[in-house]
Amino acid sequence: MNPDVLVRLILLLPLAGAVLNGVVPLFQPQFRTRETVIGTLGTAVVAIPFALTLYLFVTFGGDPFVAEFFSWMAAGDLDLSFAYRVDELSLLMTLVVTGVGGIIHLYSIGYMHGDEGYWRFFACLNLFIFAMLNLVLANNLPVLFLGWEGVGLCSYLLIGFWYTDLSNSTAANKAFIVNRIGGFAFLLGMFLVFQELDSLSFDVVLSEGPSLPTETLNWIVFLFFIGATGKSAQIPLFVWLPDAMAGPTPVSALIHAATMVTSGLYLLARLSGLVLNAPVVMAIIGVTGAVTALMAATIAIAQNDIKRVLAYSTVSQLGYMFMAAGVGAFFVAIFHVVTHAFFKACLFLGSGSVIHGMEEVEHGLAHDGHDVSDFDPQDMRTMGGLGDYMPSTRTTYLLATLAISGIPLTAGFFSKDEILFKAFEYGYAGGETYAYAVWIVGVLTAALTAFYMVRSYVLTFEGTPRWPDADTHTPHESPSSMTVPLWTLGGLSMVGGFIGLPAVIQGGDWNWIHHYLGAKYGGPVAEASIKSHVPLALEWGLIALSSVIALGVVYYAWSVYRTEGLAYDDVLANRFGGMYQNWGDAYHWDDFYENVVVETVIDGLGRKAFAAFDTRVVDGAVNGVARLSQGASQVLRRTQTGIVQNYALALVLGVVLVVGILLVGV
Amino acid sequence: MDIPFLTSLVIFLPAVGALLTLALRDVSSIRWAALGTTTLTFLLSIGLFLGYDPSVSTAQAPQLVDMSSAWFPDAFDIKYFVGIDGLSLLLVMLTTLLGPIVVLSSWTYIEEKQKGYYALLLLLQTGVTGVFTSFDLFLFYIFFELTLIPMYFIIGVWGGKDRIYAAVKFVIYTLVGSLLMLVAILFLGYEAGAAVNNGVFTTDWYTLLEYNVPLATQGWLFALFAFSFAIKVPLFPLHTWLPDAHVQAPTGGSVILAGVLLKMGTYGLLRFCLPFFPNAAQNAALVIGILAVIGIVYGALIARVQEDAKSLVAYSSVSHLGFVVLGLFAFTTEAMQGAVIQMINHGLSTGALFLLVGMLYERRHTRLMDDYGGLASSVPVLTTLMVISVLASAGLPGLNGFVGEFMILLGSFKSTVLDSVLLVAFATSGVILAAMYLLYMVYRTFFGELTVEANAQMADVNGREFLLMAPLIVLMFVMGFYPAPFLRQTEPTTEFLLNRIEEKRAAALEAAETPRASGRVPVAPPEGAGEIRLDAEALSAQP
Repeated sequence: MNPDVLVRLILLLPLAGAVLNGVVPLFQPQFRTRETVIGTLGTAVVAIPFALTLYLFVTFGGDPFVAEFFSWMAAGDLDLSFAYRVDELSLLMTLVVTGVGGIIHLYSIGYMHGDEGYWRFFACLNLFIFAMLNLVLANNLPVLFLGWEGVGLCSYLLIGFWYTDLSNSTAANKAFIVNRIGGFAFLLGMFLVFQELDSLSFDVVLSEGPSLPTETLNWIVFLFFIGATGKSAQIPLFVWLPDAMAGPTPVSALIHAATMVTSGLYLLARLSGLVLNAPVVMAIIGVTGAVTALMAATIAIAQNDIKRVLAYSTVSQLGYMFMAAGVGAFFVAIFHVVTHAFFKACLFLGSGSVIHGMEEVEHGLAHDGHDVSDFDPQDMRTMGGLGDYMPSTRTTYLLATLAISGIPLTAGFFSKDEILFKAFEYGYAGGETYAYAVWIVGVLTAALTAFYMVRSYVLTFEGTPRWPDADTHTPHESPSSMTVPLWTLGGLSMVGGFIGLPAVIQGGDWNWIHHYLGAKYGGPVAEASIKSHVPLALEWGLIALSSVIALGVVYYAWSVYRTEGLAYDDVLANRFGGMYQNWGDAYHWDDFYENVVVETVIDGLGRKAFAAFDTRVVDGAVNGVARLSQGASQVLRRTQTGIVQNYALALVLGVVLVVGILLVGV
Repeated sequence: MDIPFLTSLVIFLPAVGALLTLALRDVSSIRWAALGTTTLTFLLSIGLFLGYDPSVSTAQAPQLVDMSSAWFPDAFDIKYFVGIDGLSLLLVMLTTLLGPIVVLSSWTYIEEKQKGYYALLLLLQTGVTGVFTSFDLFLFYIFFELTLIPMYFIIGVWGGKDRIYAAVKFVIYTLVGSLLMLVAILFLGYEAGAAVNNGVFTTDWYTLLEYNVPLATQGWLFALFAFSFAIKVPLFPLHTWLPDAHVQAPTGGSVILAGVLLKMGTYGLLRFCLPFFPNAAQNAALVIGILAVIGIVYGALIARVQEDAKSLVAYSSVSHLGFVVLGLFAFTTEAMQGAVIQMINHGLSTGALFLLVGMLYERRHTRLMDDYGGLASSVPVLTTLMVISVLASAGLPGLNGFVGEFMILLGSFKSTVLDSVLLVAFATSGVILAAMYLLYMVYRTFFGELTVEANAQMADVNGREFLLMAPLIVLMFVMGFYPAPFLRQTEPTTEFLLNRIEEKRAAALEAAETPRASGRVPVAPPEGAGEIRLDAEALSAQP
């Protein structure tokens, strides 16, 4: 089949799904409850593109090709088309987006059953896939930006999906606006690129960009990096992501874990050739990733909402990906994007299944006349022992927990270990000291990750139920439309890592993803060149260290939470005191933004300064002039005596004056 | 199909319709007559779009010209001279498109004195279309002033509580500016006539374009013209008439005001100020750019703290028009094309926002956002329309607003005339602020629980309302994804203007270096027109 047509179908099918699911039920309310039609259509328009992408993937010959559709805007030097680029990087990302996306659509059929906004949900989800595909397939920066803002829009619509609760809409606004700050930097980055290169197409940017002067490149990369911190939730713009969990759980899995939040990494990988020539910014990227990873991991320890644990965990894992980018190992960042998509989507969908179960409990309690106004189906403190009722959910959640904790041979083990190794290598052989710091923080964060993930697993699934009347009100396992996706993702969390086997095995020849993406093998993703190699024994030592840490912490967290349960949180609180409190309050970032930036600067300027200036000064001046002229006319009107003789006299005097002036010749 | 006098027909058909409505008695036939006239005008204007050929240069004359001979051939070269070029085309189309939309939006909104309202509306359309098609500065001025009277009455008679204050403020602000412009027009006409038109006073646009205004006079002529147009735009700090006028005007008035009346200011800057006084314009570019950017940020921040939805949209206009002005004074093709397309985009999306706010007002007779809340549950279609319009206004890629803003900012960033990256960075921050205040409006009005019974009972958009919104929504997507056909129509003209500006700028500089060598009129004192003419005759008599 003609690849041009395939790209067209891959892009347009989700769009068609969004339009059909969105427009028809909007105007024909009787279609809003046709769940089978809506759900099937919504899932098919993602599954078919997945199959088509798979075909492209298998038949891909190694040379990137560009599918150009039609002109978007042109003026002067600007000549933009809707052009899409198929190469190894975009193919891999498209596979993840449509693959994981398809699984999550399937899951949503069951999860969203009975919701009033079923149609709206699928319309937005389809639209999201369309936007995300624009993002990963774009052949120029503005089309990428179209996707970039498009996914932001869908995220906004889906976080605020249950709009009758204003707190959801608040979270949605926050997400959109924080992402707009990133978009602002992205725009400036594009302007700078255009000023320097007179083009925004990747054909030009990737070939001529790397040879720009370092100072210019530093600015360009820095601006795009700020853009990436918005989408990919890094310091200082990560604050929207934890709140984004207000959306339905499949949204959290798809948008806020597996795909959209990785787009910042995709951008950096796409521009890897430029980033590598901006070493100062690389250090900033690496350090920002490390600090974010550590910070978010500590916050995750002190959260009680199961989805917030996973949200901060996502922030933390994204930090790992930025660490990889910061040490010039972009393909490893993408590797972690892929494995993280598997296990984090699995965890989120698992939490969704749990929430369904707990809502069932809540309804039962309410039915029996209990007061459920304080009952939170997402609070792990009221869970416990769910594993007995939801075996599939439990097992898959456990598999994903082991993967993210880095238990040897799971997907997370390979990708995280590769990141840590690359950081170490960049310090050891590349001579960059900041890389060592990144590595140390990475190792520490790995330990914390294992700890908080096992905590969430044990508190949720092990022990005995902590909700009231646990004997009579029990949850049930979710339907197979939800457990099949769980098992699929759980399985991938186990085996997904084998696409990137470390260098200790066959000297790195079996590292498929490196060979596939890496520029030195003809792929699109550049990487830092390393002068020497880390000795094999040391490399094995590092792997052993990671394995020991993962196994040790998992065992430790398991034993303490299995025996002491919730009480161990108090032990932590006592041991760490004020620090633990800070973790729980997420280091007060939100307070800072809310009180200082929004209240004081934005609204303060608007209300107290500018609006007042408008009415007092500007309008005051205008009304003052009006009053002045009114006063003047009060005086002047006295000359309007109405007596003709006076007018005649004035006329004569005027003529005399004019003639006199002319004669004197002034 | 060739329709004779098409341009004139598009200009004056609404005025004929106005006379027709005056002759009619009952409200229904008045409305239908107004709708019929405006719809027919729009259909005819499609003929302009099809008839205009961008590949034909407009360097010598506009296309689809209707021209009379000079009214006073010996003394004044003033004539009826209308036509279409790349600048006028889209603005005329926008005007004729908004015509029937505004009539439809007023259908039930205007409950008294309908005859006068529709007659004035139609007359206003003639004035605006005339402004965009005049190639004679004097004629332009007549049309420019002609728009003032109907708008004054529309605000003053059919407006809200403080309508008189708003109407008077509107008129005085605009009149002050346009009287100053009149002085400048007279002076320019004599000067140019002396230099390039055998001593005959001229206001022909092409003849004026021939004339290189000496550097010394450029400055204050530019100031007078720019001041007048800046009030119309409005440019900070001359904007305070706008929120009052918008809030008080009936919906139809607001739509016309935001949609096309403000564009007369930016259009005037582009049509007259920049090409006639290129050196002065470029010298002032940074100052005006700064004012424009202050307007962007300032308008946005004030919009955010409004309680009144209409007032919010009004301040958003101040912010959005700042982008257009910035784009004009960047003097790059990208930015100028962006500015031209942004004029249209702003008309579409802000027009849509005013229409939607008007629909809410018609239902609940309040514009305070706190009186609403949760409307998404009761009026899903209206909510969808509003969200799309808001996103278009906030510049989301894929919708129209992005295209204009992107090209303006991109072009301004690389502009060597502005030469201030920092300024463009501040302007770009407008995209963040726009999202803040617009989403906040949606949040307060449409989300949350329905707490007020009247909101819960609110009727969703009816067929008429949907019909009037549909073209705007469709165009938002078309202009967002496929603006190329529109950009193609305007690009040759903007290129031509930019080239002429550059040529004239260089010529004026050269003339200044070798004074009087070119044989042009020396700088004349502005006291008496007669003296200047004598001067000119004396000069032209010299070999």
